[in-house]
Amino acid sequence: MNSVILRAGARLQVVLLLVFSAYMLLRGHNAPGGGFIGGLIAATGFVVYAIACGTADARKALRFDPGSIAGAGLGIALVAGLLAALWGDALFTGQWLFIGATETEKGLPLSTVLVFDIGVYLVVLGAILSITFALEEAV
Amino acid sequence: MDTSTPSRWITPAGLLPVVIAGSLFVWFAQMLPVIAAGDTLRFVWEWVPSLGVNVSFYIDGLSLTFALLITGIGALVMLYSARYLAGHVHQARFSLYLTSFMLAMIGLVISDNLLALFVFWELTTITSYLLIGFSHDTFKARRSALQALMMTGVGGLALLAGIILIGTTAGTFEMSEINAMPGVLTESVMYLPIALLVLAGAFTKSAQMPFHFWLPNAMAAPTPVSAYLHSATMVKAGVYLMARTHPSLAGTDFWLWTLTIAGAITMVFASVMALRQTDLKLALAYTTLMALGALTLLLGNESGYTITAAATFLIVHSLYKAALFLVVGILDAQTGTRDANSLFGLARALPITAIAAAIAAFSMAGFPPFLGFIGKELKYAGAIAVASEPIFVAGALLISSALMVAIAGIVSFRPFWSKSGKPIEGVKEAPWPMLVGPVVLAILGAFFGIFPETLATTLVNPTVAAIIGSAEPAKELKLWAGVNLPLFLSIATFVLGFSIYYYKQKLREILIDMTTRGPSFDNGWDRLMAGIASGSKALTRNIQTGVLYHYMVVTFGTALAVLAVTLWFRSTGIPKMGVPQVELWDWLVFLLVLLGAILTLVTNSRITAIAGLGVVGIGMAMIFILYSAPDVAITQLLVETLVVVLFAAAALKLPSLTPEPMRKRWLDVIISVGLGVVTTVILLKVTTGSIDRELTTFFETASYPQAFGQNIVNVILVDFRALDTFGEIAVVLIAAISIFALLKSKPEEDKP
Repeated sequence: MNSVILRAGARLQVVLLLVFSAYMLLRGHNAPGGGFIGGLIAATGFVVYAIACGTADARKALRFDPGSIAGAGLGIALVAGLLAALWGDALFTGQWLFIGATETEKGLPLSTVLVFDIGVYLVVLGAILSITFALEEAV
Repeated sequence: MDTSTPSRWITPAGLLPVVIAGSLFVWFAQMLPVIAAGDTLRFVWEWVPSLGVNVSFYIDGLSLTFALLITGIGALVMLYSARYLAGHVHQARFSLYLTSFMLAMIGLVISDNLLALFVFWELTTITSYLLIGFSHDTFKARRSALQALMMTGVGGLALLAGIILIGTTAGTFEMSEINAMPGVLTESVMYLPIALLVLAGAFTKSAQMPFHFWLPNAMAAPTPVSAYLHSATMVKAGVYLMARTHPSLAGTDFWLWTLTIAGAITMVFASVMALRQTDLKLALAYTTLMALGALTLLLGNESGYTITAAATFLIVHSLYKAALFLVVGILDAQTGTRDANSLFGLARALPITAIAAAIAAFSMAGFPPFLGFIGKELKYAGAIAVASEPIFVAGALLISSALMVAIAGIVSFRPFWSKSGKPIEGVKEAPWPMLVGPVVLAILGAFFGIFPETLATTLVNPTVAAIIGSAEPAKELKLWAGVNLPLFLSIATFVLGFSIYYYKQKLREILIDMTTRGPSFDNGWDRLMAGIASGSKALTRNIQTGVLYHYMVVTFGTALAVLAVTLWFRSTGIPKMGVPQVELWDWLVFLLVLLGAILTLVTNSRITAIAGLGVVGIGMAMIFILYSAPDVAITQLLVETLVVVLFAAAALKLPSLTPEPMRKRWLDVIISVGLGVVTTVILLKVTTGSIDRELTTFFETASYPQAFGQNIVNVILVDFRALDTFGEIAVVLIAAISIFALLKSKPEEDKP
């Protein structure tokens, strides 16, 4: 699709959607959001970009092959699950670390659960984009 | 093979298997005193205790005999092939296959748990497939490999079914426990199916008629493989199975007659066919078939004589047959041919090979004082003791043993000592690694023949005890048992054997004439395979039409049928049809969904139809929002958006829809209205019943304290049920890869 307005808008939109997707990913544990939704939002950004500027540009903007992103996501999710073994827990048991926690404040929570969710995010993003790009290139 | 590089054969790929096999042989050999004393060894490691699947190893006389044959002959064959295949591009691959096979075969014979035995059984099938197809660039090797895989694979499946039946009937999969319960299988109603299935596995693996034809074809493998797998070890797995299950399955008329008849027919047929062959390796292949038939026949009985004969003949045959195969390999390697009609008088050129061949052949023909003589005497004694039909069995044995004498002459006398043709010039003796095997195996045959009690006390007695399943002592192994019926039968064998050897050319011509006219098993096999292939092609063409509309009709039609039938039979009463409290918002969303659906139905533009479907989806998302499921709603919205975008990308390039005549759409109407009605009824029934809130309550209370998250949906996804989610994202990835592959592949031209 050759439209200057769409192209200009798409550039801006990708940035906004990516930031928004990261926000949705991180807040997911306590509020609506999470890796699945975040991945969908990020994918939407690149799909719009691909429609506006073509898949070649979109692939360049993505830097990595979407298939590899999805594969890496699955690997990250698996590693997050395996990490539980370090503490002697069963597979995929969440491990938590509260940085700077006090009696009343729980500090900055970090967890393998978040790592797992990042894996989900990457799989969803990579999978949708590899399908979309291939479809756009095929027709 | 390259015999011009004498020093290059010492490679890790060639010698590592020898070391492995040799060490295992030593390890098994040091168990001999324990086993000879009548004890057994058992190691158990619980694997899946809830299913009764254990990795348990049981070593008694039977398994130790097999283990020693496997590792001992294995070490010799591997030394042989280190030289035989030296410099071959795929030598490392060959060594890997052969070693894997050996380990699988050891596992098979020492497994106590039947399921573990089955796993090893299949592993030997697969490694055998790889080894037969080792020369994969020839069509013959590929075809033979596949044939062996199919035959033994089908038998393996039957065996698995038999094993499961045994397990459910006896309550355990441990063979040592089952054998300790006399009558648990023979007196059960499941006895006949169990015996049929187990024998289907054993007969295919040990190539009994009518499943025999894959074995001669398996000679497409390199000669060391034929010597090792298709003579001394793998094909005896079926014999092992019959021996192992003997205490719990034998003793019935069914067992007796099936094994006797199948064994006798195989034995006679194979020995006649062996005479027909001019390729020495093929002749040996058919004599292997004969030996397997004889073992099957003997194992049908329960008397001490026949079982002792089986145990002894098992060892005898492995020793001489492996030696002779290796000799044929040497002939092939040094002269370039295996044709019986062009090999004469090579004893001067190949002296050591000739002597080894002669000793092994004497054992095969059953001359005193070799072990083969004792084996043959025992077979005759066993035949007289059989419970079925002594004259029939003894007659079959006489014919096949006489033929063995003739074939021993053809394979080992004529190529080396006959003067009826000119010997090939410039033939050199084989290098020593290839000579060790035949020499050692031949000498063992002679040694055990002269000192039979060494073999009897260490291996034969414990083996017989294991097969019979009681402490009944084995019959003695003697060179001179006095003037008795077996001796007369032996003499008759020699007379008949020499006559056949004398008239072999004429007999062979008659046989070739007969076999070319008769029906061939191989052709039948080809027709069967072609039938299966064309049948599945026709099935695929009818099921996988490639028309999306057909898939949709079948999918939704099936769903409708299943749901409607279940609802019809399982539901009680008509659901309460009272209109629940519906807010204005609900009505508006309902209207939106309805409009979207109608738009999709009436439009002729694909883009409009997709947008209409999108409206339906967004309406659903709004319902999720109204009933406070924000995560689901967001996901739904995003997915709907992406779907519309993706469809739109494709739809732009497609022609617009052509309106179909109404009569063609009746089926669509029935399916869609039916599905809508059924789903509605199910939902009404579900919501009017009581809902079990146990899980909901658990997640509500446990989510924050245990998983530190307030968004229950997300906590379930990434923490409580993270393994499920992991499986789901793996599916997402697989789906993406498949779609990617589908889009990138060029559509194949449709061939009618």
